[in-house]
Amino acid sequence: MFYDPRISLGMLFTLIGTVLTAFGVATRSNADMYAKSLGIDANLWWGLVLLVFGIAALVLGRRGQIKLEKK
Amino acid sequence: MPNLAATDSLILLIYGFFMLTAGFSLKPAMTSGQQFMQAGRAMPSWLCGLAMLGASLGSQELLGMGAAGARYGMASVAFFALGSIPAMLFAGLFLMPVFYGSNSIAVESPQKPSTFAARSIPEYLGLRFDRKTRLLNAGMFAAMSAFSAGIALYAMGRVFVALHIFDQVAGTLNLPPAGTLLLAMALPAALVLAYVLLGGLGAAMYNQALQFCLIVAGLLPMVLLGLKRIGGWSGLKAAIPPNALHAGTRSLGAGAVVFAVGAGLVLGGATWCTDFRLLQAAMAAKNVEAARKAPMIAAALRVFVVIVLILPGLIAVVLPTPHTSIVIHNDNGVIYHEITVVPPAVEAGSGLVPAKADADGKPQMGADGHAALDYAMSTPNMLLQFLPAGLLGLGMTALLACLMGGVAASVTSFSTVFTCDIFQAFLAKNAADKRLLAVARWAAVGGVLLAFGAACAAMRFNSLFDAIVLVFAVVNAPLFAVLMLGAFWKRATGHGAFAGLIAGAAAALLHHGLALPRGEQPGIRGGWIAVLHHPASELALGLGTAMLAFLVSLLVAAAVSLFTKAALREDLQGLVFSLTARPSAIGPRWKRPEAMAAAILLAAIAVSLIFI
Repeated sequence: MFYDPRISLGMLFTLIGTVLTAFGVATRSNADMYAKSLGIDANLWWGLVLLVFGIAALVLGRRGQIKLEKK
Repeated sequence: MPNLAATDSLILLIYGFFMLTAGFSLKPAMTSGQQFMQAGRAMPSWLCGLAMLGASLGSQELLGMGAAGARYGMASVAFFALGSIPAMLFAGLFLMPVFYGSNSIAVESPQKPSTFAARSIPEYLGLRFDRKTRLLNAGMFAAMSAFSAGIALYAMGRVFVALHIFDQVAGTLNLPPAGTLLLAMALPAALVLAYVLLGGLGAAMYNQALQFCLIVAGLLPMVLLGLKRIGGWSGLKAAIPPNALHAGTRSLGAGAVVFAVGAGLVLGGATWCTDFRLLQAAMAAKNVEAARKAPMIAAALRVFVVIVLILPGLIAVVLPTPHTSIVIHNDNGVIYHEITVVPPAVEAGSGLVPAKADADGKPQMGADGHAALDYAMSTPNMLLQFLPAGLLGLGMTALLACLMGGVAASVTSFSTVFTCDIFQAFLAKNAADKRLLAVARWAAVGGVLLAFGAACAAMRFNSLFDAIVLVFAVVNAPLFAVLMLGAFWKRATGHGAFAGLIAGAAAALLHHGLALPRGEQPGIRGGWIAVLHHPASELALGLGTAMLAFLVSLLVAAAVSLFTKAALREDLQGLVFSLTARPSAIGPRWKRPEAMAAAILLAAIAVSLIFI
């Protein structure tokens, strides 16, 4: 294995999660925009989910990378 | 139709950046042909499993599963899950030790170098049978993978154009409408080529794992919102009319059920036990145990993926169909007319599934007098319906990811097969490793160019699109039969395998040429020789063709094998299952692959029963 792929996975999802969460917070009062998603601020909530997933992957990936380098 | 907002484009850009990052960070490691074509054979099983899943979710699969949900209803979950999972488990338990080869032997006799670690399925055929079988299969496989990558590019390119994703880019470049489609096909293809050239199979696999996660992340919110909109699970059950597949099987009787199960097994086997585009990921595992676990990990996640991909179709047909509406409201004496114009093809559709539009935008009528529906648009339309700006970008990223994962699998497998099984085996036997590396890179370029050519051809002749089922039946179904015989029957011979491959392909072509689904014109959809019988649907024709090709190939290969000289036992060590060193059983019984496979199978059956 070249490097632990969970690191890039974690970085990608942390980044996307941050963008979505920030966008969700900024557009929270825009009811027209969220009429599509049934009045739910889907960007904010799904952004948070992805952020958690991304950070978890990043932490696991870091650990895996340290193990990999020890070998 | 909205253009993409800045946030949407930003997410697409982030994704594109990470795709290339994987390529650049693996580039220094690409020092040998083995590194490039087999990712150094050092991948952990979970990455191989995710990469197999990512590779298996090409654009036809993603659009096709949504379409099947819209068209055939709930039962398609059972069809897709039960059609593939047994084959994936079988591949993990019994085939990977044979295909992966060498390592299990090398443990037993370390003094004998692993001379026959097959790098590809054609190479396995060469070791197990003979050179002509290897060349025949390598040629057929290379043609198929380039062609299907082209069709995948075209299928998704069409969706991108319908969704106006590349309109801004095309607008700044002043491209005509046809140019937008070309751009929508060329841009993903170029990105795939870039990271494959940089990082080889390793980069493709890293990205496939990423792409798989993105597909789930992009589609899941839409599925959840859609379910909420129609009142959750019970709402979905109540809204779905008695579905078509059930009605069909009932009227045809038990024979049809047996046929469907058999065909499902053949199709699943021809994909998961045979197709090098998927198996290459498992063959890059770090050892035989990891290679065995990879398809099982993919199988365990597959049930979930099938549900996430089919539900959009199910929901799309039961939502109200949009209609042109005029709302008049009086505001302080000023009368406003709010007109929402819906194109006629959309109005003629069912729910969010539009009718196919002809050149003037009028809905096309099918043979039965109803509008012919464009089922492939059900998943993309669901994304547009439910996702607000921001998440919509993530949804589009998921579509792009699925396209690129599938195309990358085709490109890397094309490159490996060309380099190992055509160039090294027949053109330059003693080529140095450096040269192989260069050839593999050029083969990847060639593969992408061929795929792009096929995509342009499909753009010109729309009917090529329907040929993909036939190509699959001609190439993969006979190969499945021959691989089964080769891996489990010591008596199978090279002449037998060669005859079996040709007979199976011929039988597939013949059956396709003599049968025509009801209400179709003779041509690429069947019946181009003479019309002898009418299968109930395109699906039935495709299944029948694959099944027949499999059976004919099996019988011919077995018969010819019995009349030709068998290979020596010593030459088959590690190539036939019964002569392969068993991975020694370590650990408690419930932790072994067999127990894992049984648990996954039971779970898959349980989930399918909920949906039937």
